[in-house]
Amino acid sequence: MLRRLTLILGLMMGLIHFDAPPAHADDAAIILKRLATDNYGEIESGVTALAASGLSVSEAVLNALADSRLSYRPSDKEIFFKDASGKWIDAATNVVANEQPSGLKPVKMNNRVRRALDAALGSMTLLSPDPQKRMAAADAVFKSRDANTLSALDNVIAKESDAVVKQHFEEARAAVLILKSDASEADRVGAAEKLGQRGDQDALALLNSVTEANATANIVAAASLSAKGISRRLALLSAAQNAWYGLSLGSVLLLAAIGLAITFGVMGIINMAHGEMVMLGAYTTFVVQEIIRTKAPGLFDWSLPIAIPLAFCVSALVGLLIERIIIRYLYGRPLETLLATWGVSLILQQAVRSAFGANNREVGAPSYMSGVWDLNGFQITYGRLWIILFGLAVFVALLGVMKGTSLGLKMRAVIQNRRMAAAMGIRTPLVDALTFALGSGVAGIAGVALSQIDNVSPNLGQSYIIDSFLVVVFGGVGNLWGTLLGALSLGLANKFLEPIAGAVLGKIILLAVIILFIQRRPRGLFALKGRAVEQ
Amino acid sequence: MTRFFFRHFDRTAIGFVATLLLIAIVVPFFNLAVPESSVFHIPTYLVSLWGKYLAYALLALALDLVWGYCGILSLGHGAFFALGGYAMGMYLMRQIGARGVYADPVLPDFMVFLNWKELPVTWYFFDHFGYALLMIVLVPSAIAFIFGWFAFRSRVTGVYLSIITQSLTYALLLAFFRNDMGFGGNNGLTDFKDILGFPVQAANTRAALFALTALFLALGFLLARAIVASRFGQVLASIRDAESRTRFLGYRVEHYKVMVFVVSAAMAGIAGALYVPQVGIINPSEFSPSNSIEAVIWVAVGGRGTLIGAAIGAVLVNFAKTWLTGTFPELWLYGLGALFILVTLFLPKGIVGSLSARVQRIKGSGAA
Amino acid sequence: MKRLISSMAATALVAGSLVASIAAKAEDTIKIGILHSLSGTMAISETTLKDTMLYLIDEQNKKGGVLGKKLEAVVVDPASNWPLFAEKARELITKDKVVATFGCWTSVSRKSVLPVFEELNSILFYPVQYEGEESSKNIFYTGAAPNQQAIPAVDYLMENEKVQRWVLAGTDYVYPRTTNKILEAYLKAKGVKAEDIMINYTPFGHSDWQTIVADIKKFGSAGKKTAVVSTINGDANVPFYKELGNQGIKATDIPVVAFSVGEEELAGLDTKPLVSHLAAWNYFESVDTPENKDFIAKWQAYTKNPKRTTNDPMEAHVIGFNMWVKAVEKAGSTDPSKVIDAMIGVSVPNLTGGLSTMMPNHHITKPVLIGEIKADGQFNTVWQTPGTVVANEWSPYLEGSKDLIADWRAPLSCGNFNVKTGKCGGKS
Repeated sequence: MLRRLTLILGLMMGLIHFDAPPAHADDAAIILKRLATDNYGEIESGVTALAASGLSVSEAVLNALADSRLSYRPSDKEIFFKDASGKWIDAATNVVANEQPSGLKPVKMNNRVRRALDAALGSMTLLSPDPQKRMAAADAVFKSRDANTLSALDNVIAKESDAVVKQHFEEARAAVLILKSDASEADRVGAAEKLGQRGDQDALALLNSVTEANATANIVAAASLSAKGISRRLALLSAAQNAWYGLSLGSVLLLAAIGLAITFGVMGIINMAHGEMVMLGAYTTFVVQEIIRTKAPGLFDWSLPIAIPLAFCVSALVGLLIERIIIRYLYGRPLETLLATWGVSLILQQAVRSAFGANNREVGAPSYMSGVWDLNGFQITYGRLWIILFGLAVFVALLGVMKGTSLGLKMRAVIQNRRMAAAMGIRTPLVDALTFALGSGVAGIAGVALSQIDNVSPNLGQSYIIDSFLVVVFGGVGNLWGTLLGALSLGLANKFLEPIAGAVLGKIILLAVIILFIQRRPRGLFALKGRAVEQ
Repeated sequence: MTRFFFRHFDRTAIGFVATLLLIAIVVPFFNLAVPESSVFHIPTYLVSLWGKYLAYALLALALDLVWGYCGILSLGHGAFFALGGYAMGMYLMRQIGARGVYADPVLPDFMVFLNWKELPVTWYFFDHFGYALLMIVLVPSAIAFIFGWFAFRSRVTGVYLSIITQSLTYALLLAFFRNDMGFGGNNGLTDFKDILGFPVQAANTRAALFALTALFLALGFLLARAIVASRFGQVLASIRDAESRTRFLGYRVEHYKVMVFVVSAAMAGIAGALYVPQVGIINPSEFSPSNSIEAVIWVAVGGRGTLIGAAIGAVLVNFAKTWLTGTFPELWLYGLGALFILVTLFLPKGIVGSLSARVQRIKGSGAA
Repeated sequence: MKRLISSMAATALVAGSLVASIAAKAEDTIKIGILHSLSGTMAISETTLKDTMLYLIDEQNKKGGVLGKKLEAVVVDPASNWPLFAEKARELITKDKVVATFGCWTSVSRKSVLPVFEELNSILFYPVQYEGEESSKNIFYTGAAPNQQAIPAVDYLMENEKVQRWVLAGTDYVYPRTTNKILEAYLKAKGVKAEDIMINYTPFGHSDWQTIVADIKKFGSAGKKTAVVSTINGDANVPFYKELGNQGIKATDIPVVAFSVGEEELAGLDTKPLVSHLAAWNYFESVDTPENKDFIAKWQAYTKNPKRTTNDPMEAHVIGFNMWVKAVEKAGSTDPSKVIDAMIGVSVPNLTGGLSTMMPNHHITKPVLIGEIKADGQFNTVWQTPGTVVANEWSPYLEGSKDLIADWRAPLSCGNFNVKTGKCGGKS
């Protein structure tokens, strides 16, 4: 009730540019005192009353409350806020205090108060010079659907020059009209169509609430037509969204598994410590961010590009050490190597646990990786987008290494026929060492990416190791395309199964399918052919 | 029949079985008959602890049978162990009856608080011990059979096979974690009251279970020994050493593999069933891949392909684990990891394997 | 030669440990067992509780110990392995002869050690919030039962935020399952329709929340105010909140109240997407009382880390330990049976300015605080119960337990007494 009052008055205030006589200073004090309490309901009503009052100070006070700069003195319920320069100002009298008044308590906030604040501030800005603020105001009206704002909306629509903002205003207007019992049928049918154009979940909810009880047959027909259209669109969107999720999961799997595929292809061993290489990359990111946080906070957005080469080096170095110290002596015994690398993974986990503690570590997202890009309802989270692009970039880079460099040539030779490659003069032990380092290094950079979407803890590696194995086994070795295809198909399959069977059952089904698939194609999708392969 | 079992019985085998039988008698004696104040008294908690070690030894034996003698590195044998354990656990849960927290005579506690009205089909007949015994052997065998049939027929070998055995146990882990499956979810099955009428917690029962485990370990050893010493076992060894050649010689390699895999799974199931009443709880984390990999290291430490080595390796490593988690809790993962690395690098034949190799060298070639 | 040495080393290891395990040192101290995972998946949460206990024992020793003797901590690592918990518990009681143990976190670990503590008649203090439906003679539950955490949180959302649609999202294990059952019954009793309740379970460590969060968003845009009651455990919280932030769900649109997210978990999170979301506990580090400030100062000095956080399970251990000391002094002995009898009715101050009392059902009275997450990983208390709440260990909202009470005083002495039939059902 009060909210509607607020919005009317707020809009009128915005329209009339404070032509109405301002409330007296006494009224101001009374309204402001309502904020001087611990009761959230009181604070909420105080906020709406303040917005409705037309007081010149209300915007400043409400903004201060939003920034937690508003306080009150319990003894006499005076309201103070801190302005941009840090000085305390008495809200009722606008007098600047020389020093911080004593005994101040901050005005408490909770989500309820926050919502009222958003609505109040939003409605006060319907005529704001900033188009973003106008849009926000329009959205606030869309949510509140207050009938009394109709005339104000008509007014602003007529004056609005920005097409996007105008669209928002018109949608807000439609939202108000659709359920207004005394609006004309033509108006309401038009509103139904407008909402149909908006096409999102909120519009659908509104349209579905139009029934025989509150509208004529024509209106109901128009509403349900629009609703059907929206439902169809949303279904398509949902499928597309699932595909997107599948793609992003697939890219994560790709990043985690591609290092393993290379190592397995060249050396025929499964590196159980692969997950820990990923973990080391994630922790490198953490360390880089910690250093940046303390020494050069401005460089935070660069933390990931800095971490990538570092993570590569750290993991590659550790991988090289493992290869030289342990794996080299287990040549030709893949099962023993599997066991030895499992031991290495235990040691690495415990070492990281001792060094960094068993707890999760905080790795923040740089600004370009936060937020979402809304393409007409299709949501693309920036973080995931970057990870997909990054995964593809890593893939292309590795492809380049394999096809274009001499190391790549030697690696391919060893994959196809180790003995012959050695006979041709390729130093297979060196190729082994470098391959292992490369595979580990790639795992390290995967860790940088994964730190953005998952916990950074000593157990990070364990959650990816099984999935990586499955990708490698499914996609086959010897060919990077196999890994790409394997990762993407597993990701997509997982995401399409999830809404149907639930997360766990979906995973189980997938595991069963892979086990059966291996029966059909024991060497995976892209198997190497040839006599020498039978090793 | 006796000939089958004892034909290739040499001194080490006799020694091993005799030791086990001796332990089966001596330990309960020193626990039950000797008074607590005496320094020779073996406390009850040690009896159950060693019983657990022996159950693990039986699992290791089962694994050695397929790995050491047939070359199948199963990274999912813990699954069969856990399945046998669950079968025993389900029997024990049914035995609780109306003594559960909610006093429901039929439904176990966890079903009551999940608001289930009746027993699911999978739990029928588990109040009969005979049925439970049957399931302990049948369920792991059946799953091993199906899995093995598909895997070995498609000639999946080496690392690929290991990975899919790992996937098998992982899938079962996920499945058993689901409360909807009706196996207690993450809480597992616990709070057992009695087994065959004897209270599970009593010292007598614990001693009896210990003796039984030692007995079954001896039996398992005899069976495994008989298998590997027979013609069947020779074919297994040749499959391990040169699979293609064996196939070209006309042997149906898949059949041999499936058979030994099933026998091994049944043994692992029995080991699990003996483990559960001594430990008091069975929970899906028994299915976790790391448990299965640890079983492999027991066999590797003791000596793969020596049977006795597997059992000894299991006891040793678990002993070390108990000691380290008590004395140096922060360090034991380092110890375990180092064990994996050192054993594969320096002791490829394991302890028993290396010892027997030395003994053979000392004796000169030609000795049995 | 190498092999011989290794075999000899192995034998020596065996022999040495055998000797070590049998030889026992007798000292005139009172031994307290600490049964928390220091490795494995639960180490993240439990390691700090081990440190808390060491600190408390140290402080008590500075005051002269208990009954004139010093206290000695016996720390073991059950490594997040449930059977190992039972084994270590047995070892602590029979081999190390501890008179009380402080430990466990997950319900599985507690259920696995329960038979051990009952059989050997020792004492366990369990500090973590849990699902209730249990009351053992040998366990003192210093964590919250559902009516001391979940139900007040739901009340807060209903009254203060006018929530009408509910998403109950949890990890698939007994604590979320039972809590959600209780909450579902409670909501329906308050008139919420079945189609306004969405229940969802995910496996441990579930990291890909895209689909589920999209579903929550959809459920929440039907026009009615929606909230998420989260019993998501541990690691899965990080990607869950991240995804909420990514999909643009703000706390003002769809608030999330969590029961397993505390200061310790927040320390490892990027708190940006969580700001203004809620949690319900019985203690926050940010509570401004002299007892709390004193505790935090001493704790940070002891751990030599001025940024070390405190959380609810730690406070539970503080209360539990102080209660144990008081009961021992009251009984004049550390004998578990005497301590168990003396414990009921013991009152100690909690850290939020009130008193905590051990009730006959072996649970303690606790205040309930609802807090909003701040960017620095602390909580801003937005509401709290006027006094402390007594635990309903047997939920009145579940069929199987609504007729049960627990009362360990004579003559009842029963953990699951059925008031309808007048009999002590189930356990002996």
